[in-house]
Amino acid sequence: MGKIKVSVFIDRESRNAKLELANDSIVSDLLKELKINPVTVIVSRGNELILEDETLNDKDEIRILSVISGG
Amino acid sequence: MNCLNCCSEKPVIALYSGEKLCKAHFTGYFEAKVFKTISQFGLIEKEESLGVALSGGKDSLTVLHILNKLSKQNPKIKINAIAIDEGIHGYRDKTLEKARDFCNKNNINLHVFSYKEEFGLALDEMLKILDVKPCSICGVFRRYLLNKKSKELKLTKLATGHNLDDECQSILMNQMKNNVQLSARLGPKVGLAQDDKFVQRIKPLYLCTEKEVTAYAFINGLLDDFNECPNVPQSFRAHVRDMLNSLEQKFPGTKYSAINSFLQTLPLLKQQFNADAIKVCAKCSEPSANDICSACVYLERLKNEVPQKYPKKAKLFGNLKI
Repeated sequence: MGKIKVSVFIDRESRNAKLELANDSIVSDLLKELKINPVTVIVSRGNELILEDETLNDKDEIRILSVISGG
Repeated sequence: MNCLNCCSEKPVIALYSGEKLCKAHFTGYFEAKVFKTISQFGLIEKEESLGVALSGGKDSLTVLHILNKLSKQNPKIKINAIAIDEGIHGYRDKTLEKARDFCNKNNINLHVFSYKEEFGLALDEMLKILDVKPCSICGVFRRYLLNKKSKELKLTKLATGHNLDDECQSILMNQMKNNVQLSARLGPKVGLAQDDKFVQRIKPLYLCTEKEVTAYAFINGLLDDFNECPNVPQSFRAHVRDMLNSLEQKFPGTKYSAINSFLQTLPLLKQQFNADAIKVCAKCSEPSANDICSACVYLERLKNEVPQKYPKKAKLFGNLKI
């Protein structure tokens, strides 16, 4: 089974990560891999929000944005 | 899959009900929910001089954005934004910049009041002097200033960006700390009874989850880089928030259920705890549950502890405005 590589920016940690995932992985697989509770984030690709069941593509650039209030 | 609301656009958010909506339909859904909350709980009258407590974060920008839309449709509803600069280095300065920028672009009057000017010390300085929980002292001074300045500005109501998650956390925190009398003051309309000493606080985002608010803010260009108050991670609220989010993941709808149960018991709570008359602080004449209000109690402690702990900084003592 092939693999895809995605770049991820996690805004709450100000951290970039590169991950290798199985082909046909979806957003919730990515969040699981990063141990992030989907209730606490929204996810975007480019300038568009994407759903948890959205399939990821090779070389995707994903932003994981925290929904937690800052204070 | 396309947006379930009949259009052919791609969905961007899945609601708790399972419904998936595109940008335009989600925006419509969200705004309709806020307007329904306003009407259901009688939050805003036909004629108001509304204040919006603005931090520059996504919640307060969202509430200001929507109420500004409402004001354009109803010119008898006037909008003023109030921001409090607590003096939290590296945090509030950034969010205030966003607040100023938004108000400039949208022609909204913004009034900024700082702890430093109003009390003589910034929060960062207060926390070096007193060994207290940052969110407690900060909350007391912020609520004090928001109410006092709202009255001075002759505002009829003050809207805040509190959302469903914030409310759920407060309910649980009060329960766990045996502070149920504080829960009686919660709800979409804050407080136990209307009183001239208080400007009525309202929560138009009461039934919107934090995730919905963030998605709305993202779609409408109101979401900035993540910026968390450095004092938040120490708070009890942060633990309760994480616990609730973990429950919500395992049992979707938990937060809605908690709020709906609370709304059913809220009238009883308000009735139960309504007996205590609101007093006036003997020092500052602002409303208080006790003879001296919490803000004056903290200021008095600061006044007493500065010379003892920081004799070389005793000049700060002279600046304290009690």
